[in-house]
Amino acid sequence: LSRIGDELYLEPTESGLSLCTVNSSRSAFASFLFAPLFFQLYEPGGPGPEQELQRCKVHMKSFLGVFRSLPSLEKTVWRCLILLKPQAGRLVLQLHCKYGVTKTHNLTFQECERLQAVFDTQRCASSITGPAQVLAEAVVHFPQTLAEVTLEAGSGSRIGLRNYVEEGAEPSKTMVTELWLAKDEFQAVAVAPGSRITFCLKEFRGLLTFAEASNLPLTIHYDAPGSPVIFTLEDTVLEVHLVLATLSDPESNPQLPPTNGASHLTIQLDDFADDLESYMIAMETSAYEGGSGAPPSPTFPLRTPDPTKSDPEEEEEEEEGAVPGTPPHKKFRSLFFGSVLTPGVPSLAPTQEVLAEDSDGEY
Amino acid sequence: MRFRAKIVDLACLNHFSRVINTIAKLAKTCTLRLTVSKLYFILSDKVANGGVSMWCELCQGNFFDEFQIEGVAAEHNEIYLELVPENLSRALKTAQSAKAVKIKLSNKHCPCLRVAVELPSLSSSSRIVTHDIPVGVIPRRLWNDFREPSVTDFDVSIYLPVLKTMKSVVERMKNLSNSIVIEANLRGEMNLKIETDLVSITTHFKDLGNPPWASEDGGQSSTQGGDLEGMAEARIDIKKLQQLLAGQQVNPTKALCNIVNKKIVHFILLHEDVSLQYFIPALA
Repeated sequence: LSRIGDELYLEPTESGLSLCTVNSSRSAFASFLFAPLFFQLYEPGGPGPEQELQRCKVHMKSFLGVFRSLPSLEKTVWRCLILLKPQAGRLVLQLHCKYGVTKTHNLTFQECERLQAVFDTQRCASSITGPAQVLAEAVVHFPQTLAEVTLEAGSGSRIGLRNYVEEGAEPSKTMVTELWLAKDEFQAVAVAPGSRITFCLKEFRGLLTFAEASNLPLTIHYDAPGSPVIFTLEDTVLEVHLVLATLSDPESNPQLPPTNGASHLTIQLDDFADDLESYMIAMETSAYEGGSGAPPSPTFPLRTPDPTKSDPEEEEEEEEGAVPGTPPHKKFRSLFFGSVLTPGVPSLAPTQEVLAEDSDGEY
Repeated sequence: MRFRAKIVDLACLNHFSRVINTIAKLAKTCTLRLTVSKLYFILSDKVANGGVSMWCELCQGNFFDEFQIEGVAAEHNEIYLELVPENLSRALKTAQSAKAVKIKLSNKHCPCLRVAVELPSLSSSSRIVTHDIPVGVIPRRLWNDFREPSVTDFDVSIYLPVLKTMKSVVERMKNLSNSIVIEANLRGEMNLKIETDLVSITTHFKDLGNPPWASEDGGQSSTQGGDLEGMAEARIDIKKLQQLLAGQQVNPTKALCNIVNKKIVHFILLHEDVSLQYFIPALA
């Protein structure tokens, strides 16, 4: 998850604890849903009759810092307790270790709306299921710095992967790497012949690493270029989804209004319908600007963070590493997510182009 | 103009990859000359390279199981290509467990060297990864630019010290100075010197030995019967020297250099089936 976004959303539900994140350009979303059975003890709601389940988001790095060294954790930690204390404004991570040592980490959290990308794997025309290892072995042939990769369904249901060469790049100067995987390398291949999508490799690699380690088969659902590609992993106690925006086909009509949910992800926001409309209109305009230029950012006023609620750690925004993530200035259609309306909007790193700023809303 | 070649043996493939990796460290772009019996990686001494030039020669028979070439014309059965060796290095990097590697000159949208790596897979058919490496075809009229450089009238020829040692010395010196003086004599002594405002450092090597060169036309070599102790020296760009030393992945069978006083240093590194010559001119 840390390869995708900077903030970790924790959402307890009746069906389990969901950990998810979204990237800054809103073009990648991932969620891990741990069923109650995964835990020794799972109490989603607080004591008392109050039904509302508290959700929160924390800084990814703070959370990761608690689990810093896996090998030593495995040796010393008996149990880990995760406890949300809304009154204290703290997410408590308590590691019960050997020799009577207990390490308690108190993380500040922010309240947030539900982060949910709406996607429907049923509406995807194509799907591929196979061992993660096959894809991991395939992806190794592409350089670490490669931004995007194209997946294609070829003849005989072969699946091809090719590095994506940007439109501006000179074909006589760019090396093209391509490989084809036979149908029988996968468990199931049901693809629309000739279909092809392009997505960002960085986030996909992150999922592949997890998938390989967990030894679970990976399923890829995709539809037309521009529709998101959905990667899923599943077992009895865990459900993983990675949703990535795909490059829209430059030949397709850019004036097509997004009529159905399949062509882009829609926001799911329960309470802010009015703002939703203007927000979505602005999103659509920016995504369909077409041409070769970068879509202009919508002109929403930047909210200054509310000093009473802002997390002191926000001041130290760190730049992403050198490996390119899903870049905001490509012609990816943004995945529109629940705009996270919190009283304290985190200040964005000044050098990032913002495609989707959180809209103003009455709270 | 056609070219196809195939490597099946893993040891040959690894050896070839190592050669390409070395070349990739020395030159961003270079010329690949293909003949019936040999491959050459050539860098000619343009200003853009900082005046260095490189000549690397391989016998194709030592690497390839199949090698077919049809040059530009019958009397000139050769092909000259301009390419980025790093691309080739990258293509071969993940071919460590390949069943076979085929290289072919093709011209789909533009001239390319197509490297097809056949990898084992659990399925019934092998996995094939292809890398299309763009190349530039060099026309025959420019072939003269790429002739083997030769330095016949050198002042001193001496075997190099153990490359690993030399590399670590030069690497440390690189932090202190941009240029380094190599001096050597015919008594097997070599010094590496740097000098800055604050410090001067000299590393002395002894008993290196001097290769016996058959003197041509008698008396061509200025040192014949002359001053054995006299040092020939050249001040060269230390980064270029460090690049050369750092790029060596395998210990050469023979490593020597010829120094033309204040003009140029000519390094010759010989392996069983590969020879690499690298020329670093003296700084003004």
